[in-house]
Amino acid sequence: MLALADFLIVGAVLFCLSVAGIFINRKNIIVLLMCIELMLLAVNLNFIAFSHYNQDISGQIFVFFILTVAAAESAIGLAILVVLFRNRGSINVDDISTMRG
Amino acid sequence: MNDISLIIPEMLLLGLACGVLLLDAFIGKRHPGVTFWCTVGSCLIVLGQVASYVPEAATFGFSGTFRVDVLGTVLKAFLLVLVVLSFFYAREYFNKRPSVPSEYYPLALFATLGMMILVSANSLITIYLGLELLSLSLYSLVAMQRDSVNASEAAMKYFVLGALASGMLLYGMSMLYGVAGTLDLSELLIKVDHLEQQRLLLTFGLVFLVVGIAFKLGLVPFHMWLPDVYQGAATPVTQFIGTAPKLAAFGMAMRLLVDGLWGLVEEWQQMLVILALLSMGVGNILAIAQSNLKRMLAYSTIAHMGFFLLGMLSATASGYAASMFYVTMYALMSMGAFGAIILLASAHSESDQVSDLAGLAKRNPWLAFMLMILMFSMAGVPPFGGFWAKWFVLKEVVVANYVWLAGVAVFFSIVGAYYYLRIVKIMYFDEPSEALNSETSADLKLVFSVNTLAVLALGVMPSALMTICISATIPYLPW
Repeated sequence: MLALADFLIVGAVLFCLSVAGIFINRKNIIVLLMCIELMLLAVNLNFIAFSHYNQDISGQIFVFFILTVAAAESAIGLAILVVLFRNRGSINVDDISTMRG
Repeated sequence: MNDISLIIPEMLLLGLACGVLLLDAFIGKRHPGVTFWCTVGSCLIVLGQVASYVPEAATFGFSGTFRVDVLGTVLKAFLLVLVVLSFFYAREYFNKRPSVPSEYYPLALFATLGMMILVSANSLITIYLGLELLSLSLYSLVAMQRDSVNASEAAMKYFVLGALASGMLLYGMSMLYGVAGTLDLSELLIKVDHLEQQRLLLTFGLVFLVVGIAFKLGLVPFHMWLPDVYQGAATPVTQFIGTAPKLAAFGMAMRLLVDGLWGLVEEWQQMLVILALLSMGVGNILAIAQSNLKRMLAYSTIAHMGFFLLGMLSATASGYAASMFYVTMYALMSMGAFGAIILLASAHSESDQVSDLAGLAKRNPWLAFMLMILMFSMAGVPPFGGFWAKWFVLKEVVVANYVWLAGVAVFFSIVGAYYYLRIVKIMYFDEPSEALNSETSADLKLVFSVNTLAVLALGVMPSALMTICISATIPYLPW
């Protein structure tokens, strides 16, 4: 039987990986979008674990909302990516720095 | 009151926004004015509906996930007025540039719906949904200028950092849910007091929550997206982002920190002190170095948001009222400042460089005078509205025994006065480099004048707005 702490540690590790991915990644914007998804999934894992161990259903309902919003979010993210690629011809993270200061 | 009647304004706005979207798709190209007037009409109908029912005490609906109270109602009314004002500016800008797609109005209406849900939220789910509806609409608004390199870059940065902020907020929410076992803010308020031994875990969740709020408000060190988005987005979009959503963010902070986590007040007070201090410092100092007007106003926003936190962190009913006054006043001022950039822009150039203002007093004395009022007000010179906004929050900070913080705030607002007054100097004493001429329609001139004179009028009679703010925060008085 897994303890609550095990799930929370996995969730925290996934969350840290995704935040590190957003900041360290210098190659590709699609990887950034993947990191964002991973971050939301880490949160979902937390909610489900808490929901199960607290015997309270509302956390699982929240997960459904997060999943739905995440789908809409990645749709908009990819749309912005397409616009960016058409304007610049590149999806390299280092290239998006025309504005500075 | 049953559930449905509580949420009528939001449902009405949803229906009308869908209607405007369809209308724009079918006849928007042939009759460009129709979409605009229908959008303004929708907002006014919803405003009437919001104003028609002011509850005496907080009323809850939908199993306690939705809350209607005086604070929410007043914030909704304020932000609808601001949204309508910004539509008038946007219309002028889009009339000059017919190539920009006209989805601006329906998207802005959906963002407004998100803001209204956000300020009425009483559950972590409702907060998240309102916030995402607002943010997702704003991302697409920024990306709307499809052929602009800067706009798409700004949209990408906004999207990635905004999503990161939502992730942080959610992680904090999951921690709170795990410890308190509820998503309901009213239940959270009661449970936090009984969870003394788990205070550390609650504080851990609170840190993530505050990071999420700071991202949305654009507070240092979570401000990286703000200058790029303000500079890259089309000016009416920048104006939209810089005005009404700030009120909504204030509402969100009130719901989460005061209505939900009042038990952790000592902890979040300390965090807000650090955020306010850094924002006022970094915002005001970096603004001096900017040559792009929109970017300068972005750093000034950061500084103003730091100032606005001073009222929140004093954690009293009058402090919240001062913050609310500040954020409303600030929204009016930045509405005018970005409006002036829209008025200056011609069909082919944005005119968003500080040097474009050179000699404006000779070319367009009326616009220069109005912009001077706005700059004086932002700098906090009496008798303009911005002075009273600063005065009220400073008073609250001193009452809350943070005299040193008030001193630092005054110092940074003096630093800030430099770049506001520099604009006035450039307008009145520099020679114009070239004749930039733009024609403005008469009704926008009227709207801009009313906007600016409202800043002046509220400076002469601050009590008109302050009375409303105080009455909205009466429920937070200690009993």
